[in-house]
Amino acid sequence: MHEMGITRNIVSIVSEHAKGAQVKRVSLEIGNLSTVMPDAIRFCFDVCSKGTELENAHLEIIEIAGRKKCQDCQLITETDQVFGSCECGSWNTTPIAGEELRVKEMEMV
Amino acid sequence: MCTTCGCGENSEPKMIDPSTGKVVSIDLTKSQDHEYTHPHDHDHGHYRHHQFHPSDASSGNTVSLEKEILAKNNLIAERNRKWFQTENILALNLVSSPGSGKTTLLERTILDLRKQIPFMVIEGDQETMNDAERIRATGCKVVQVNTGTGCHLEADMVARGIEELQPPKNSAVMIENVGNLVCPALFDLGEKSKVVILSVTEGDDKPLKYPHMFRASDIMILNKIDLLPHVQFDMEKCVQHARQVNPDIRVFQLSATTGEGSDIWYHWLRQQIVSMATS
Repeated sequence: MHEMGITRNIVSIVSEHAKGAQVKRVSLEIGNLSTVMPDAIRFCFDVCSKGTELENAHLEIIEIAGRKKCQDCQLITETDQVFGSCECGSWNTTPIAGEELRVKEMEMV
Repeated sequence: MCTTCGCGENSEPKMIDPSTGKVVSIDLTKSQDHEYTHPHDHDHGHYRHHQFHPSDASSGNTVSLEKEILAKNNLIAERNRKWFQTENILALNLVSSPGSGKTTLLERTILDLRKQIPFMVIEGDQETMNDAERIRATGCKVVQVNTGTGCHLEADMVARGIEELQPPKNSAVMIENVGNLVCPALFDLGEKSKVVILSVTEGDDKPLKYPHMFRASDIMILNKIDLLPHVQFDMEKCVQHARQVNPDIRVFQLSATTGEGSDIWYHWLRQQIVSMATS
């Protein structure tokens, strides 16, 4: 739903740093608990990058698996939901990975 | 430009003051450079300080950026938050799906508490001035932000709203977000708390279906309890679902139409204002 706005932010961040130079590759980190869909970002990227330094750049998306930590027994487990119960029965868990939305790097021509 | 979906070239976000009819268009592409006129400390050059310099970490033609995609919004939100704190202003971000009764809850709250708490309202909707007009009828100062096709408010829109409203010290700024249980969870506005409103005419499993929003909220208001005899809504199960998603969430059950249960919500609001003033 919000991926077009997110992609505009990505293009704007990379453009600011490219300062007019052509960009060959953009690398993103997107956590799988972030509510942002990588496929939707890929679709939007082609539209948003037109006429910018990022046009035709290869978009690399590193998906980061979600992990949660139980605040009661400290156990860390993988998760695909932003909430969930722990083996110990507690629902007091906090995501410690998977909420990333980051522009990692760019490669210039 | 649409802030979210990219469609609708003629649907730029705009802010309208219903008392004067003044319309200000909000160009989010210029958000980091705009001039604030409200009296808070901030650093317009902040982004520049953190920009990449050619000597920064880079390898060949690869440049390491490590930039948060929502950094611009988060920075403006933090500025808003600091200003609210300095002025002892309680800012709440009211979020829900459309039709949960946010505006009715605001109307009632303002009318019942206006002698104790000065309220100001920032109304967010894709289109129309309807909600701002309803709030204005209570005598409360309000601005309407129309997001066009955008499905949430962003921190910059709130900054413009503050500029227009000029809220006094020790007041409460109520931000009624666009009716949507997904996108507003991702965008910090600088509020003290998000308050999620869920009406009993919706499903009691909404906290599980939209966990990000219920996780991001400190308070859940279960509204329209006067309709409980007529709907299949399991109150206990709903609270249980909300606590699974967010064990710390506080729950108030009320009817904004009849006023039933409002006292505990009002008590919480008054407490927040007092704790802002004494902290």
